[in-house]
Amino acid sequence: MVENSKAYKCFLVFDYIIVGFLALLCFLPILHVFAVSLSDRVANSAGMVSFWPVNLNLESYRYMMKDLEFVRAFFISVVRTAVGGAVQVAMTILCAYPLSKSSVRMPSRIVYVWFFLIASLFSGGLVPTYLLVKQLGLLNSFWAMIIPGAVPIGNVILMLNFFRNLPKEMEEAALIDGAGQMKVLLHIYIPLSKASIATIALFSMVGHWNSWFDGKIYFTKTAMQPLATYLHTMVSQSTLNVIMETTDMSVLEQLMTITNESLKSAQLFIGMIPILCVYPFIQKYFTKGIVVGSLKG
Amino acid sequence: MAAVNTCMNRKRRMVKFKKNIPLHLMLLPGVLLILIFNYLPMGGIAMAFQDYKVTKGLFRSEWVGLYNFRFLMSYPDFWNIMKNTVCIAGMKLILGLAVPVIFALMLNEIRSKYFAKITQTLVYLPNFLSWVILGGIFSTLLSPNGIVNHALGALGMGNYYFMGDNKLFPGVLIATDVWKGFGYGSIVYLAALTGIDTGLYEAAAIDGAGKWKQTLHITLPGIAPIVFVMAVLSMGNVLNAGMDQVMNMYSPQVYLSGDILDTYIYRIGLENAQYSLSTAAGLFKSAVSAVLMSLAYFFAIKYGDYQLF
Repeated sequence: MVENSKAYKCFLVFDYIIVGFLALLCFLPILHVFAVSLSDRVANSAGMVSFWPVNLNLESYRYMMKDLEFVRAFFISVVRTAVGGAVQVAMTILCAYPLSKSSVRMPSRIVYVWFFLIASLFSGGLVPTYLLVKQLGLLNSFWAMIIPGAVPIGNVILMLNFFRNLPKEMEEAALIDGAGQMKVLLHIYIPLSKASIATIALFSMVGHWNSWFDGKIYFTKTAMQPLATYLHTMVSQSTLNVIMETTDMSVLEQLMTITNESLKSAQLFIGMIPILCVYPFIQKYFTKGIVVGSLKG
Repeated sequence: MAAVNTCMNRKRRMVKFKKNIPLHLMLLPGVLLILIFNYLPMGGIAMAFQDYKVTKGLFRSEWVGLYNFRFLMSYPDFWNIMKNTVCIAGMKLILGLAVPVIFALMLNEIRSKYFAKITQTLVYLPNFLSWVILGGIFSTLLSPNGIVNHALGALGMGNYYFMGDNKLFPGVLIATDVWKGFGYGSIVYLAALTGIDTGLYEAAAIDGAGKWKQTLHITLPGIAPIVFVMAVLSMGNVLNAGMDQVMNMYSPQVYLSGDILDTYIYRIGLENAQYSLSTAAGLFKSAVSAVLMSLAYFFAIKYGDYQLF
């Protein structure tokens, strides 16, 4: 048998090692941050912490839970993710369903396609968009994080390619029986595409949980900012302040240990938790969903 | 006769339109939102050709023609920023294409289902974490007192300040970006690999082709079309060096090697309030990107069997 040649066996051993190494490489940084967040200051500044907590210490988590600003930012992010995710999923389905019809059924389809295509290719840029949001009075408003990005065109494309591949017979039968388009969408298309809807819902919610830039530019008051923006400020300030002052290595090292690494790590870890929690459940959906959506087009 | 025909056609079209009214209504909210938040700001591009003053507004600010563009082009920093952008984005494109393909090929040879499953779960994960969090994690890992420098120290290598050294910083950006995306990027190739007809391998084995020959003549041609499409599509991103990432990892110390077009547009626009100059730089970027992206779609659709809408 050719399969069992010596060279191939050698390759397989090598293959398992490399692939396993890459898998660990993706996971170890996260584990390290978790370990740092649970270790005390002495262990951290001595650099003793690798992937397991040293001198277990929950002080950073206790401190964080008492930090009102952090807790508030966390809840703003939760609400934003729920509301923003729901809006995006609704808009995606509403836009994708009509666009999945053939040009014969809907002759004006091509007009809409160009409308969406141009919007996805070209934009007014950062300053005009910012000034528009400002002019609409959305600065410092919760809706500044929801409305400007309410229609995710990439997700619309994924969804419409999925809708297009559904069998047409049931829909035709329903239409002949006098059902309206809305009924066909609600009772035939949506139940048939639960996996794809789960996928785009995941994309939308992860996107909302992670986005920090809108919170940074549209809010002048930090009290309204979502967690991602709060963390961005924390991360960029902790590096900025230290680096601005000095270029001397020894002073730098000292300053780096003074900044509370474990508190920062604890905050980062809490910022990851929602994603780590939903990730295993939806993983099977997104692999299935993305394959159907982008390849069979 | 012809007139009657067009009249009939028009009537038929009206009937069809009426039947499709629910479909148009479904699209209405989305179309309105895109009209307001995507198309309306395009009018603001006029600022690029003005000396825009907030007090005067878009309609009464003074027109200055191409002054803002000329100013940008004569500004030495701008060319340095362009160089940074194209170099960082270019390296990300090349490695971001090659690494996922190689990883998918390697993962495809793994026989143990559990091993493959666990690996996939771990490597897809970083894609879902934001650069805010990853920026924080890497600044911890790569700091002078971080675990990476401790490991290097144990191996007898010097202490590197990865996030603050202009020689190292672009490499850090590229490496961490590839790290974040290679697992997720391999999904499409894995799908293409499982789609290859197993009968081809059996036939090749019977004919005496070894593993290497099978890979060369069956596996690689099997995924070539999708690799082609992904390569062509990535060409549209030559000016996207990754704003999310850079904003969370850079500092004034590494502006020389890490400042990119997007961060520059942000800083002069929203931090220094030089609206006209920022809009001009933004227009330059989105015009070039739109042309590249259109070409990419064109080639992917024409030669790659790719479908967009």
